Order: sequence, then C-alpha cells, then structure tokens
Amino acid sequence: MKKLTRVISVCAAAAMVLTAVSPVLADDEKFVIGGIGPVTGAAAAYGISVMNGAQLAVDEINAAGGINGYQVEFISADDEHDAEKSVNAYNDLKDKGMQMLLGTVTSAPCIAVGGEAANDNMFLLTPSGSAVDCIAYENAFRVCFSDPAQGAKSAQFIGEHELATKVGIIYDSSDPYSTGIMESFVAEAANQGIEVVSNEAFSDNRTDFSAQLNKAKDAGAELVFLPFYYQEAALVLKQASDMDYAPKFFGCDGMDGILTVENFDTSLAEGLMLLTPFTPNAEDEMTQNFVKAYEEAYDGLVPIQFGADAYDGIYAIKAALEDAGATPDMSVSDLCEALKVSMGNITVEGLTGTITWDAATGEPEKEPKAVMIENSEYVAMD
Amino acid sequence: MSFLTYLKDGISLGSVYAIIALGYTMVYGIAKMLNFAHGDVIMVGAYVVLMLLTKAGVPGILAIIIAMAVCTLLGITIEKVAYRPLRKASSPLAVLITAIGVSYLLQNVALLIFGADGKTFVDVIKIPSLSLGGGKLIISGTTIVTILASIVIMICLTMFVNKTKQGHAMQAVSEDKDAAQLMGVNVNGTISLTFAIGSALAAVAGVLLCSAYPIVTPYTGAMPGIKAFVAAVFGGIGSIPGAMIGGILLGVIEILSKAYISSQVSDAIVFAVLIIVLLVKPTGLFGKNIQEKV
Repeated sequence: MKKLTRVISVCAAAAMVLTAVSPVLADDEKFVIGGIGPVTGAAAAYGISVMNGAQLAVDEINAAGGINGYQVEFISADDEHDAEKSVNAYNDLKDKGMQMLLGTVTSAPCIAVGGEAANDNMFLLTPSGSAVDCIAYENAFRVCFSDPAQGAKSAQFIGEHELATKVGIIYDSSDPYSTGIMESFVAEAANQGIEVVSNEAFSDNRTDFSAQLNKAKDAGAELVFLPFYYQEAALVLKQASDMDYAPKFFGCDGMDGILTVENFDTSLAEGLMLLTPFTPNAEDEMTQNFVKAYEEAYDGLVPIQFGADAYDGIYAIKAALEDAGATPDMSVSDLCEALKVSMGNITVEGLTGTITWDAATGEPEKEPKAVMIENSEYVAMD
Repeated sequence: MSFLTYLKDGISLGSVYAIIALGYTMVYGIAKMLNFAHGDVIMVGAYVVLMLLTKAGVPGILAIIIAMAVCTLLGITIEKVAYRPLRKASSPLAVLITAIGVSYLLQNVALLIFGADGKTFVDVIKIPSLSLGGGKLIISGTTIVTILASIVIMICLTMFVNKTKQGHAMQAVSEDKDAAQLMGVNVNGTISLTFAIGSALAAVAGVLLCSAYPIVTPYTGAMPGIKAFVAAVFGGIGSIPGAMIGGILLGVIEILSKAYISSQVSDAIVFAVLIIVLLVKPTGLFGKNIQEKV
C-alpha cells in the first residue's frame, strides 16, 4: 500500500511540476483559484488528494459552462507542510494571478498563510485546516469541522443514532486537540441525553490506560469516547480486550490510521466507530460518481476525505460566486468582500454533507458522518 | 474487588518500572553516574527483538538473547566513547549532559531508521493469564513473567555483587575509584562490565515493557526511563532491593491516585510523594547513609 502511494505521489508530483511551468495567462476572462498544500514530503497524501479533488471539480464545472459564464482555472503550489514555504507558495500564486485561495491543506501552514491573505483581503477557503486559528480572520472559511467542533458533532452523532446513554471519556490532557474535543463533547452531551459517567485524562504515561478503562467499566459506560490519535488508541483497544471489557468505542479524525499500525491485530478494532466526513465505499450516488471519476482521472487512486473536502470547497466557491454575481474583472479585494457575504447565503449539497456557512465565523454547519470498522474496512454508518 | 483490580494494575505497571530501575540503580551504584540513555537502550532492545521476530523469523528466546548481546555491545561502546573520556572531567555535570546527548542521539537514529510511526510489538511471552475469583481478577501472563523476572534479576544481581570477585571489585570502585586502582582493581574494566550488565538488563526490560504495552516508537524508552529513575531514587539510588520496591510502589501510587484521586493530577501526585519521601529520608527508602570521613 505504502509503495503504491509512493508511486502515485511521484506521478502526481511530476504532474504538478508540469502544471506549474505551463504559462498562466493573466487575462480577465476567467476565474483563477489557487491551491496550496503538501504535494511532497510526509503529508503528501493530503495535498495530492486535495489538488486532485479540486481539479476534478474545476474540470466538471468548466465542462458544464463555467461560473457565471466564465471558465475557471485552478493553479496550485507545493508547501511541503511547511509554514514558510507555504507563504512563499502563496506569494508565487498571487504573482500568477490567483484571485481566490482553496487552502492551505494542513493547519500550521494555513495559520501562516491566513495572516498574509488577511493583509491582501484575499478570499481563503481551507478544505481541511482544522485548527481553530486557521480561519482567525474574517476573509477565511473552512469545509471541514474545526478540531473542537468534532467533540460536539460526535456527541450529536452518538445521541441521534442512540448508540449509548452512558459514555466514558479518555482524553490526552497534554494535547489541546484532544482537550478541545473533550470539552465540546461534554458541553453537547447534556443536550443529547448522554450521561458522561467517567472522564479521565492521561498525559505522561501514554501506555498504561488500565485505571482509566477500569473506571469507565465500573461506572457502567456503554461507549468509550477516545478523542486522540490512533497509536495510543491501539493500546487502549488491546488493554480493554485483555481485561474483558467490550464497550463500543468512538473516535475522531485522529483515529483514522488505526488499521495501518504495523503488526496491529485489526480484529481488536472491529466495531470501532470514527467521525469522518467521507468514505469512498458510501453507497450514495454522488460519492459513487465522484469515486469513479477520481479513479479514472488518477490511475485507479482511491480518494480520501481530503479530496472530498476540496471537491466540496470548489463547489462552494462556485455557489458563492454565482450568488454574488461576480465577474473575473473584479479586484481580489472586491471579490473577497462579495464572497464573504455570499458564503452566508449558500447551501452546498456536497460529498461531505449538505453544508451551510456562518458568514461571521467562517465555520461550516453540516450533519456529522461516521464510519464503523467491519472486517478491517470502513463502512459508512447512516 | 475493584480495589484489588487497581492494585493488580499498579503492581503490573510497577513491575515494569522496577525492572528498568534495576539497570539504572546498578550503573549509578557502581559508576556513580546517571545514565540517562538507559531508557533508550531499552528502546533499541525492543526494536532488535521486534525486527528479529517479524523480519528474520527468529524464535523468541533466541531473539531476546541476540538483543541482549546487541545492547551489551551498545552499552560498552557508549561507555567507552561517550563517558570514559569525561570521567576525569572536573564537573560531574559533563558526563550527565553527555548522557542526555546520547539519549537524544539514540532516539534520532531510531527515528531515521524506523520512522515516527509506532509499530505494534508481537507476543513473545506466550503464558496464559491467571484468572482469580471467577474471572473478576485477571493477571496477565506478561505481568507474572515481569514480576518473576524482576525478583530473579534482583536476587542474581545482589548475589553477584556480594559473592563474586568482580562484584567485590565493583563495590571497591563504587566506594573509591583511586583507592581501588591502587589495590590493583581494573577500574575501567569493572565499569565496562557494569555497563554491559546494565545494558543486557535493558534489553530484557525492553521486551517486558513492550510485551505489557505493545507498541514501539523511538520514544518508547524515554518516559518509562524517567519514571524508573524516579523509582530508583525513591527506593534509594544504588540499592538493588530499593529499586525493586521503589518501582512497584511508584506503579501502585500512580494507578491508585488515578483511580481514587484524579487522573488529571496523578503524575503530580507521584512526584509529590517522591518529594515527601526525600524530605523525610533523603537517601530514599533503602539508601545507605554513608558518612564521609575527613
């Protein structure tokens, strides 16, 4: 699997280089959307997926007649998941005529670029930057849920699907991501008729979870919420199984990757649920069409959630441009002012759900989606 | 019953601290230096065993023996290259800082070779868990082996130090290096031997640590290493039975404070207990109070 991704990333990187050197005409007859993300380096899988998903959406839109009658061009640059390189990429794309930014893909670079974009009053829509500060300025919006919002959305999902009424939480008190999710989960739990029966932390000792699990067990938790990363989660699942405790387990996006831990006994993860906006084997028509088109366009590569976020992001920009009646001859700042208002008016029927935006905060509002692991595969839950 | 469960969990965790603390205390007791790289030698041992088992298909016992040999060599090399040249340095801090440097070096080399992703450790110890009270109290095979191994190692080390010629040499070096040298003791050889034994123990500790908590990352040894150091100080650094008792007590205090006080502040409680013990008994529970004669 790893080798395959590497081959694909090399191909995609080569494709990126080709698009980067092709001359970009600075004419007023088309909209130019920029994309920034890691196309090489450790986080390359995310950036490649975003660029592919965005390009697919742009191609579809152009084939269907463009936006307000104008064609769209998507130009992208690599930031290697590095804040400084991301700012350079931003300046580079600006020189090439970028009018709106779909990016950046990862949180830390997004925060850095966010400051620059705010200075320029450039419209910024990050598909996947989940840190709160990614959209600190009023020109910035996002497609994915913010880190803390995942807590409230998890509680909502558990409540609406009546997965459990007594929930135990284990969280990493040394990590703001984990603590933020825990806090928003606890705040929302009461509204969903969920009783938090145990809420236990870990920090220095990242390997022994016996006391936390025993407290959840003693308190009668039917579901244990694990808002942290999969490496620790793999140990939690093992230790729960060793002590014959088999509640439901529910995680957030940090859990994504648990099936890839080397030598991990994946049978321990059977029935594990995690919040994720997209899974390629969901059976709705839109997902199926997207997966098919994506696989055809990118040599059989299966899209991950980042590609879906980017695809929805491009359609959100389209909807907002149409709502504003914008034209390509408007200045970057005028476009941004118009889009800021229009983002609050639009509704996008996307791959990751039916999305609306709060124009004041830039946060999306959509139904949470989750998957369950069955036979070592993600299966969409409805 | 739940108290017993927590107590059992505390002893399981403590037995892992104890086996690491034995290596710490042994090196400190004889070479009078804190080998902060001890936790990272444990990590190396765990990776060696994991690679031998998964990539080379070597049987478990043989893999552990090879890992002990690798760690012994590593320990002797570290001592020779990084610590020995500094033994005559005016400040004992020099060697301490070097030890921290070696610790980071080992972590970063492991990061280069194995990457930051954790690898699940495979079962080496295939002993069924013990079920007491009709399944209410389950003691895992790993815990039983860890406790037994700690006791056996503790007894063997005590006998070795007290009964053998090399052991007497170690005691002599521990008390006064210069005097020992004048009496014809090979000081460098004795300290090398100490590191060899300490590092072989680290390999065993690595296997037991990763069997109890089956994931290996380049940082696997770091935090348990520090906790084990605390355990060694708690029990009286330099004392072999002290390391054992200190380790177990530390594990029990950690789990019980998580269970009955607060999981958020359990680490603070562990260290508060350490401070109180040191205030009341500065040499630790089993430490010897040696008067310096002028």
